[in-house]
Amino acid sequence: MVSRETDTFLSAEQAAHVKERANWIRRQALLMAHRAGQGHPGGDMSAADILATLYFGVMRIDPAVPDAPGRDRFVMSKGHCTGALYSALARAGFFPVEELKTYLQPGSRLNGHPNRTYLPGVETNTGPLGHGLPVAVGIAVAGQIDAADYHVFALTGDGELQEGSMWEAAMFAGHRRLGNLTAIVDRNGLQQGATTEDTNALEPLADKWRAFGWEVAEVDGHDVAALLSVLAIPAVRRARPLCVIARTTKGRGVSFMENQAGWHHGTPSDAQLAQALAELDAELQA
Amino acid sequence: MSAAVPATGMFDCRNAYVETLEALAGEDSRIVAVVNDSIGSSKLGKFHERFPERLINVGIAEQNMVGVGAGLANGGKVPFVSGAACFLTGRALEQIKADCAYSNANVKLCGISSGVAYGELGATHHSIEDLAWLRAMKGLTIIVPSDPWETAEAIRWAAAHQGPVFIRISRMPVPALPRPADARFEIGKAELLRDGGDVAVVTCGTLVHHALAAADILAAEGIEARVLNMATIAPFDVEAVVAAAGTGGIVTAEEHVVRGGLGGAVAECVVAERPVPVRILGFPGFLPTGSAEWLMEQHGLSAAGIAQAARDLVARRG
Repeated sequence: MVSRETDTFLSAEQAAHVKERANWIRRQALLMAHRAGQGHPGGDMSAADILATLYFGVMRIDPAVPDAPGRDRFVMSKGHCTGALYSALARAGFFPVEELKTYLQPGSRLNGHPNRTYLPGVETNTGPLGHGLPVAVGIAVAGQIDAADYHVFALTGDGELQEGSMWEAAMFAGHRRLGNLTAIVDRNGLQQGATTEDTNALEPLADKWRAFGWEVAEVDGHDVAALLSVLAIPAVRRARPLCVIARTTKGRGVSFMENQAGWHHGTPSDAQLAQALAELDAELQA
Repeated sequence: MSAAVPATGMFDCRNAYVETLEALAGEDSRIVAVVNDSIGSSKLGKFHERFPERLINVGIAEQNMVGVGAGLANGGKVPFVSGAACFLTGRALEQIKADCAYSNANVKLCGISSGVAYGELGATHHSIEDLAWLRAMKGLTIIVPSDPWETAEAIRWAAAHQGPVFIRISRMPVPALPRPADARFEIGKAELLRDGGDVAVVTCGTLVHHALAAADILAAEGIEARVLNMATIAPFDVEAVVAAAGTGGIVTAEEHVVRGGLGGAVAECVVAERPVPVRILGFPGFLPTGSAEWLMEQHGLSAAGIAQAARDLVARRG
């Protein structure tokens, strides 16, 4: 359980702690995709630092009481990146790390997209895009009505922002001035088939969120110290919801996956897995 | 049991809905209402006055409305998400599936002015496919109340139940149905409103009083019709329908297309357990403009229409 008070005192030690876990999440996600013969490794690598920052540096959660009313909530709006999400949940203690080996196996709780009725720590079932942010907004409205002090985080894909329901939710969150809500956009610039800008352009993205009544912060989504400082919640509530546009690289940390749309889906071969793990080892040593 | 439909006057079930919801909200601070600019059409104006903080109006945005409902449930609220049934179910179908049914979220979806209540406005505003869409989703309880008493009971049951519920609330005037003083609303159980051994009429919602009137017509001709009020469409009372099949034939009547609704549920059940002829009364598809009453009469959704279908079934049997 992370104490929010300490979050304002960022230290190199804390960043190192989060970085080690992000590296571990990447390794696990690759092992899971390799073992399962499928997965979404590009997005897993892209989101790993954000997830590690939230689970190991920011959120007040207690895996022993996963449905505690006062818990911070994390909603995985980009529900396909379960390699990274399940690794973060397992490392945080919501279920045994050993269970990651069952990813996508028949009958496993580790479904291709997260299911709250199977797995503690999952707040809502996602997978179809455009669902997580509206649910996160609803949780934040409940917190606002109750003057509760929990915070709601939603991680969205950037391609996902082509779904109209995301903007319905964004508009309403701005209207309600949901200071207890943070949306993080995993802005890796790639969707399944091509770049977002070639498909249905999102830019100027920060302006869009501001126009919908949000504060916007733009950070390097792989700079853990930067993520920690922007996601750690100030003692005084924000007057508006916060959108963190996290500039990321799809496939980050694995040289041959970086910025390759083809690794949205994909399975590393034995040789590719070995190379990827070696690169992640080297990063950890660096 | 009495077959007569008493002269009780006619009621708009939305009133029973909001009066019950207000009473419950007064007792339970977790209850909130979520609307899509539908305070007026859902008759939630008084609720809004009494509980201004607890009425969440997302504007004209049904997908967000249902997602927000699921989020409110996650935050410990008991949300009653109210909107015109045609938009609530059609526009937000995937949210109902993923965020509510599949997530087993504690959301109460209230489809207002269901069926052909908005007759003249045309097929975009008719909600006559909703039961087929929703019935396919495991885990979603579906209730189609027939009168003010049953509407109030359904709302009370839904508020106490942990899990997703869809309630179809009509604005079509219906009488208060004749029931014994100790009548109880039982989820998942058909209500036997009239016993009879020659034919069975299985119905729900705005058609129940027409079915009782049809049974009167038939009784005058010597045909004893059993009338089952199937207020719960899911989970479905298979046992009552199998028993009804024992009469030799079933007529179903509903404010819905003839595919996939109550008639579909009855047919699935009968064909597997006790095959008998089933006549499904409902709408063929997209309907022309016209009043709700006219549309229903045109498609046999009346006492005369139900009686005729029952007569045909009995005659066919010889």
